[in-house]
Amino acid sequence: MANFYNDNEALKHYLSHPMMEKIVELKERNFADADKYDYAPQNFEDAIDSYDRVLEIVGDISGNVIAENAEEVDHTGPQVVNNRVKYAPATEKNLDACRKAGLMGMSMPRRLGGLNFPITPYIMAADIVSRADAGFENLWGLQDCAETIYEFANEEQKQKYIPLVCEGATMSMDLTEPDAGSDLQSVMLKATKKEDGTYVLNGVKRFITNGDSDIHLVLARSEEGSKDGRGLSMFIYDKRNGGVNVRRIENKMGIKGSPTCELVYKDAPAELVGSTRLGLIKYVMALMNGARLGIAAQSVGISEAAYREALQYAKERQQFGKPIIEFPAVAEILSLMKAKLDATRALLYACSRFVDMYKIYDDIAKERALTVEEKKEQKYYSKLADAFTPLAKGLSSEYCNQNAYDCIQIHGGSGFMKDYACERLYRDARITSIYEGTTQLQVVAAIRHVTTGTYLNKIREFEAEEVKPEFEGIKNTLVFMTQQYADAVQAVMGVDDTKYHDFMARRLVEMAGNIIMGYLLLEDANRNEDFKKSLVVYVKYGEAEVARHASFIGNFKPEQINDYLYENA
Amino acid sequence: MSLNIIVLAKQVPDTRNVGKDAMKADGTINRAALPAIFNPEDLNALEQALKLKELHPGSKVTILTMGPARAAEIVREGMFRGADGGIVLSDRAFAGSDTLATSYALSAAVRKIGDYDLIIGGRQAIDGDTAQVGPQIAEKLGIPQITYAEDILNVENGEITVKRRIESGVETVKAKLPLVVTVNSSAADCRPRNAKALQKYKYAAVPSEVASDEAKKEFIEKRPYLSIGEWSAATVDADLAQCGLAGSPTKVKSIENVVFTAKEARRIENNDEELEGLIKDLIANHTIG
Repeated sequence: MANFYNDNEALKHYLSHPMMEKIVELKERNFADADKYDYAPQNFEDAIDSYDRVLEIVGDISGNVIAENAEEVDHTGPQVVNNRVKYAPATEKNLDACRKAGLMGMSMPRRLGGLNFPITPYIMAADIVSRADAGFENLWGLQDCAETIYEFANEEQKQKYIPLVCEGATMSMDLTEPDAGSDLQSVMLKATKKEDGTYVLNGVKRFITNGDSDIHLVLARSEEGSKDGRGLSMFIYDKRNGGVNVRRIENKMGIKGSPTCELVYKDAPAELVGSTRLGLIKYVMALMNGARLGIAAQSVGISEAAYREALQYAKERQQFGKPIIEFPAVAEILSLMKAKLDATRALLYACSRFVDMYKIYDDIAKERALTVEEKKEQKYYSKLADAFTPLAKGLSSEYCNQNAYDCIQIHGGSGFMKDYACERLYRDARITSIYEGTTQLQVVAAIRHVTTGTYLNKIREFEAEEVKPEFEGIKNTLVFMTQQYADAVQAVMGVDDTKYHDFMARRLVEMAGNIIMGYLLLEDANRNEDFKKSLVVYVKYGEAEVARHASFIGNFKPEQINDYLYENA
Repeated sequence: MSLNIIVLAKQVPDTRNVGKDAMKADGTINRAALPAIFNPEDLNALEQALKLKELHPGSKVTILTMGPARAAEIVREGMFRGADGGIVLSDRAFAGSDTLATSYALSAAVRKIGDYDLIIGGRQAIDGDTAQVGPQIAEKLGIPQITYAEDILNVENGEITVKRRIESGVETVKAKLPLVVTVNSSAADCRPRNAKALQKYKYAAVPSEVASDEAKKEFIEKRPYLSIGEWSAATVDADLAQCGLAGSPTKVKSIENVVFTAKEARRIENNDEELEGLIKDLIANHTIG
């Protein structure tokens, strides 16, 4: 009876983070639902107890159903039958368990049938499910598209669609097209307004995760003759109306249980969400930020699975008369895997708390005017969420790939065979640093927070926090790393060449990430002994990483960039 | 047609995780050393009841369990998974019950509930492994029973159709309501807890659990759905002579440890003669047959 929540103390640690009290009180509007809904919490302790116990359900299903089915789903995969997606039978069982457990629409308000969970415990559920099967997490996790309907659709649309999601309707976000991948401004799918004011969609979408879902959010060109992002709007397509067929599904390297579809729209009826022209520039940006946080959680979940597989194998595998875990070379790999896992999880939940804070304020602002103090906080957390989301997505997906790689390394020759879970993890991990924006695009989103100082300001706040005397040495290292980072930023920005800035951007973002994750682990270790080892190991690693980047930047002459560029290729 | 379904459930020591101190020196089970769990086949039974509830909207599923007040845990677990409520049959007078006394007490409770179409329980509990209580309840109530059920296929016009798992295969049988059905572990697993039901019912309790806590008592009084019934022998008009030790003809004389050891190995070739010889030997020494 495996339980992927109860066996993971780190999750409980973040559930008891000091900021949770404020998040829960705001989210629950001082527990106004307590007498309106029989499942609403009475107070803060009651709410945390509910999150804890619901996450226990998630851990149970993940450990006993989803993880048990993962290999079979990986082998069977979905099929296209008569233009419709047919999930693998074990995927249906997973979905059935999640629906019966009421784990759909977790963050939606109660009046629309949801559990009204803050983002943080919802992201914990995503973390847990991903450890069991990352491919399945996509199908389940696309419920956060409901967040976009909740934020931007009209009341009638919310009433119509969100309860369906809470009851278990699946979702998809139909953005990518053959000629519009990272560059969504080039989307061509045509939305035509009919005389009665409704729309029909025509065209093709590609690489759509769970593309035969019940409720689609579709990015389409509503403004005829427009060429850029400002001609795009967002629509809801309800599968019950018909008009969208699945032409094929992709044969992928990993996350095989999650159908990646090519869709053909033929006069598909659709409802406009919000205003025309804001589809990409406002709604998709919000949608993507939610999805990126989801991928960060997925990455952490895969990292967790990879670490556990590697640890178990290293304890069991005997060579030269002892378990291989006793060899320093193996132990170092494992320690670093754990440190990277813990570091990215710390970043993930820091980010989710920031997202919670600003989203709740945004929601409250629809009910009443915020006070000056509240507005200040809303702005502060909104900026931090904006800065931390690409950082969390980018770095946790990269670390998750590194951990999946190391997991195979620990398994040696056996890891290269199809007999162990590590090869599936390795394949599943690979997509995390690609979809919802590649790591390179996360850097594009993050770099402005390097140049405007969002990261440095936050680092200075961390620096001002008191730590236990035993951690003073580590803190000094982090202060030193910060100086190297600040110097590197100044050196790069001092060169008047945007190409050079772009070239150095990833290095600067990674340095910021190393320092921030170091401080977050410091905060964790200050509160909980369990994080001490990861803190020490991670800061050692981060120190070397920051020094490596500082050295590269320091020794680089701006004109040397020409040795790298392929401009006239 | 909506149904009133009673699910018989038992809180049992988890005999699947037996440690060194599982048995006391006197040969009885050391319940304190083992975690108390929902008897596994009773969970299979609950799933059948919940499936029927889905097929027949308006149906009501009531958990009935006999045990100390802490057996309310089982009722709560059932409610988290979709049951509507439950009753703990709890009285010192029931202590030491064998299957006869247990089925007497439970059938008295069922009579007290009165309005029921279906009683579903697990085939047997993992602590006693008798498989007697379900059938005895049916006998005492004078209603039909279907044992070894694997799947309740439907309920229509006062008649139930059940697939049962028997030694030689599967058979499908029909019977009239009301009746007792006992369910095998080969039936579908029970659905998970539901997030809303868990949050709704987590403070459900029997009166004696909250007796010393005024705030909790008041909280439950305001919300009748949180109140789990706690019935005594008197509540169900039980004849004390038929309850507990007094009503239990079964006496444990002694308990001994049986340790199986492999004394010799024989290799049987894969041909008809050798296999026939093996079967004959097994029949001769009463291993099978």
